[in-house]
Amino acid sequence: MFIINCPYCGERDQTEFSCGGEAHIERPKQPTELSDDQWAEYLFMRKNIKGIQFERWNHIHGCRKWFNVIRDTSNDKIHAVYKMGEKPPIKSL
Amino acid sequence: MSNNLRINKNNFIDQTVRISFKFNGKKLFGYKGDTLASALLANNIHLVGRSFKYHRPRGIMTCGSEEPNAIVQIGNDPSLTDPNVRATEIELFEGLEAFSQNCWPSVNFDVGGINNFLSPLLPAGFYYKTFMWPASFWEKYEFFIRHSAGLGKSPTKPDQDLYDHQYAHFDVLVIGGGISGILSAKLSAEKGLNTMLVDDKNYLGGSTIYQDDNNFKINNENSNQWIKKQIEDLKKLPNLTIKNRTSVAAFHGYNYLLARENLNDHLSSYERKGNIRQRLWKIRAKKVVIATGAIERPLIFSNNDRPGIILSSSIKKYIDYYGVKTGENISLFTNNDSAYETAISLNKSGVKVKVIIDIRENSNSILSKQVERSGIKILKGYTVIDTDGYKKIKSFDVMKLSKDGGSVVGNKITYKCDCLGISGGWTPMVHLFTQSGGKLKFRNNDNVFIPDENKTPSKQISVGSSNGDFELDDVINNTVKNIKIFLGLDKNDLENLNIKCSKEKQKRNIWLLPSNKPISKTKPFLDFQNDSTAKDVKLALREGFKSIEHVKRYTTTGMGTDQGKLSNMHALGIIADTTGTNMGDLGTTTFRPPYTPLTFGAIVGRNVGKFFDHTRKTAIHDWHVKNKAQFENVGQWKRPWYFPKNGETMHQAVQRESKAARESAGILDASTLGKIDIQGEDASEFLNRVYTNAWSKLAIGKCRYGLMLNEDGMVYDDGVTTRLAENHYIMTTTTGGAANVLSKLEDYLQTEWPELNVYLTTVTDQYSTMSICGPNSKKIIKKIIPSLDLSDESFPHMSFKNSKINNVNCRIMRISFTGEHSYEINVQSNYAKDVWERCIEAGKEFNITPYGTETMHLLRAEKGFIITGQDTDGTLTPSDLQMDWIIGKMKYDFIGKRSLYRSDTIREDRKQLVGLLTDDPKEVLEEGAQLVESLDKPIEMLGHVTSSYFSPNLNKSIALAVVRSGKKLKGKKLIVPMENKNINVTITDTVFYDKENKRLNA
Ligand SMILES: [Zn+2]
Repeated sequence: MFIINCPYCGERDQTEFSCGGEAHIERPKQPTELSDDQWAEYLFMRKNIKGIQFERWNHIHGCRKWFNVIRDTSNDKIHAVYKMGEKPPIKSL
Repeated sequence: MSNNLRINKNNFIDQTVRISFKFNGKKLFGYKGDTLASALLANNIHLVGRSFKYHRPRGIMTCGSEEPNAIVQIGNDPSLTDPNVRATEIELFEGLEAFSQNCWPSVNFDVGGINNFLSPLLPAGFYYKTFMWPASFWEKYEFFIRHSAGLGKSPTKPDQDLYDHQYAHFDVLVIGGGISGILSAKLSAEKGLNTMLVDDKNYLGGSTIYQDDNNFKINNENSNQWIKKQIEDLKKLPNLTIKNRTSVAAFHGYNYLLARENLNDHLSSYERKGNIRQRLWKIRAKKVVIATGAIERPLIFSNNDRPGIILSSSIKKYIDYYGVKTGENISLFTNNDSAYETAISLNKSGVKVKVIIDIRENSNSILSKQVERSGIKILKGYTVIDTDGYKKIKSFDVMKLSKDGGSVVGNKITYKCDCLGISGGWTPMVHLFTQSGGKLKFRNNDNVFIPDENKTPSKQISVGSSNGDFELDDVINNTVKNIKIFLGLDKNDLENLNIKCSKEKQKRNIWLLPSNKPISKTKPFLDFQNDSTAKDVKLALREGFKSIEHVKRYTTTGMGTDQGKLSNMHALGIIADTTGTNMGDLGTTTFRPPYTPLTFGAIVGRNVGKFFDHTRKTAIHDWHVKNKAQFENVGQWKRPWYFPKNGETMHQAVQRESKAARESAGILDASTLGKIDIQGEDASEFLNRVYTNAWSKLAIGKCRYGLMLNEDGMVYDDGVTTRLAENHYIMTTTTGGAANVLSKLEDYLQTEWPELNVYLTTVTDQYSTMSICGPNSKKIIKKIIPSLDLSDESFPHMSFKNSKINNVNCRIMRISFTGEHSYEINVQSNYAKDVWERCIEAGKEFNITPYGTETMHLLRAEKGFIITGQDTDGTLTPSDLQMDWIIGKMKYDFIGKRSLYRSDTIREDRKQLVGLLTDDPKEVLEEGAQLVESLDKPIEMLGHVTSSYFSPNLNKSIALAVVRSGKKLKGKKLIVPMENKNINVTITDTVFYDKENKRLNA
């Protein structure tokens, strides 16, 4: 069980958070103009990497804020935490 | 026979306190400080159990948590009995009762022992091979296996013991109270760090505490005297927490560890009463020091499993610590210097060692020379090839090893004995290190896996013998040196100690010792608990298993409750030798938590019974209880299910409640519905985006039903939302969906639409809701609030008014989930019971009838209203539900809109919601029943029943169902095949009652 440094509250136990899957997948602004395939790409396709993954997390039993986490899924090492709307502080690892 | 193997000089057993206990019904006694194992050995009892597969007699083999054989059942109270307890770990207490496991009818006469003679028929993979075929025999095999095998009996009644959980945060956690742990804890606490030291035993000092031998000195004191002083100093340190009888079970990432503290397993039942049995510590430590020590390895030769064959270091502990002789005629068999320490201890206690078999050609250590000088016979370059004796070892055979150690030469010599000590070197206990994600490296010169300091995932360090330092000087010097760096310490007084260690590291490693017989005629046991032999491992390799994980599972090596603490290294060694692989390349199998078994009690702690989960009750709950409601669990909520009167059955009560609601008046506690307060200047736009229908034009004071989808277009939740003011709405959700809907809406607001100025607040608990329905509902509301204009013009269906009931502010919505004229009263929860009682009082003359969830479901089914989660299952679109009318076709976007015309969602043969009528109006369908068109095989399943009731208002059975292409099939006959009959049904409209909605305004 890891510790997440919530950008609003500070370090808290993982049990206070819930994971919202891959980050930086923006909901299309004009869904009606997308083909089935383009819409399906947004709707269904998610990465499940062994290694560095960009994820959305919610401090659900705390401030209830959503934010982004860069986590190595192979060893749970967290490389960065940053707010929604911010650019990743690390491009790639 | 009474304690004739006990010697009288030692410091650890209090021989003034006699403790009586029973083993397999026989009354025995030991002393305070004994473990069950040491007390049994003092009573000359070695045979304690039978092995798992062959039911071979097995005896106490070790003195710790690695014990594979001496596993017992403690007590026979049906709620407190404890299976799979290691006799080597349980402390003796007055009145302890222990029983052998895995033997029937008794440990001395065991029916399953016949398997021993059948053993040529029980090879590796025996279970897989034999019980595979024919499949129909499996039940018989299973009966046989379960009856003759099994490890202990589970308690049959609920556990009455109390268990506790405690969270703890420390700068440094030190695991293990042996010499390296003591020194680490001392250095850490002296530095001022908040430190915790845990040890699974009831004393500190590990094996050093009983090492009273002038071959091992620290600053000119015997090592036991020196460590005693260190422990005394340690106990004075203020910022150190010491927990004995505490074993770390799991080491997770980010230095999160679970440790179980035994608080009263060592006490008599009288002393235990009412106290906590075990405490599970949940520890976060900034830094962790692993000082878990090492376990002595056995040696692998034929019939190495007989009772009386004991690890050499355990023999030493039994004599030095417990004052117990494990035999009168002991010999030792070794590949390293450790057995010589044991010989010296035995000698000092007056037990003459007959012979030491050493597979090494020579040893030059001071220790071995001293033993040789004392007159003990030492056979160098020899090996034991076999043993004899059934319930106890009687003799063993030795032969000279060939130069390369691959075979034996010369003549066989037989020695009589009643105990044989074996020592195959040491295995560092790296389990916790690898649990945390650490990787091991292989040290070739003495064949051990040790922690790779470059592949350590968190702030932790392994010290002492768990790091591969086995000799006193290395242990102390390396621990002090490494802890100094790890904790960033200055110079300290533990550096540059004067240490005398008379042992040598030299060892000769032969994983499987040779014999004069072919391997097929030998029984060299590797895993004593699971009865797997070196033969089995070789067979598995011959049959093509290559991965060590596969070999482990196929042969069951290392899969017992001891997790193969003794067997793993030898299994790996034999695989490496046989396949010509380097052990370092082979790696180890995965060590998984828990390191030693945990009780379920410790895991669940106080979260049992009514503390297992939260129970949510509405503000009106007490009234429901008083009025004999039967309750239904809806999530964590207790909701009234129905209110039986005068011994009514559920069916009778529901029929009565449903009729009353339509004929006069009914009242429902709807407080559990989720309520979300929505405010902000973009609230209308927000609702437009989350619901399928249009919201911008909803007038203030009006209500609207909304359907919420997932992005995949499937119905997610529904409910009525009311516009309280220009920028203020109150949304209701389903009872079960409340928390998830709020989270989902928050997610969109924070991540997709941060530009919207909207605030969401859950008010589910703050407001209580009661729904009054039926043709007389209007009269009842009029009685409670005479001033309120209830005319259809002023207060039409789907509108809301603020009002007061006896000075209590309330919101009244005229909305209906039953199809009747009805009102929903929302009040602050602390007034709810009072308002409810006023409604009941006012409704008396109209026979107002409280009803529960079952009647609510029935009434809405009569109207064809869906319940999300019952009629939907996350695979139905609004169109599938025949609710196309609720799709705002003109809206540019809303959650899930694009998915409504994906190629899959526009298929016409999707499952769609329909109504069903049974040909026999009295026949009520079962929810979940399948619908088919024809009974010709193969039968095609077309759909299933989602809701089904007997309607008292229609006097017939009605049902809702999802059916493939259902929308087009109105009037079609289908069949519901049941176990003993086929029910004929017809597809209908989903609305059964008052299709014109006349009653809403009645
Ligand atoms: Zn937070």
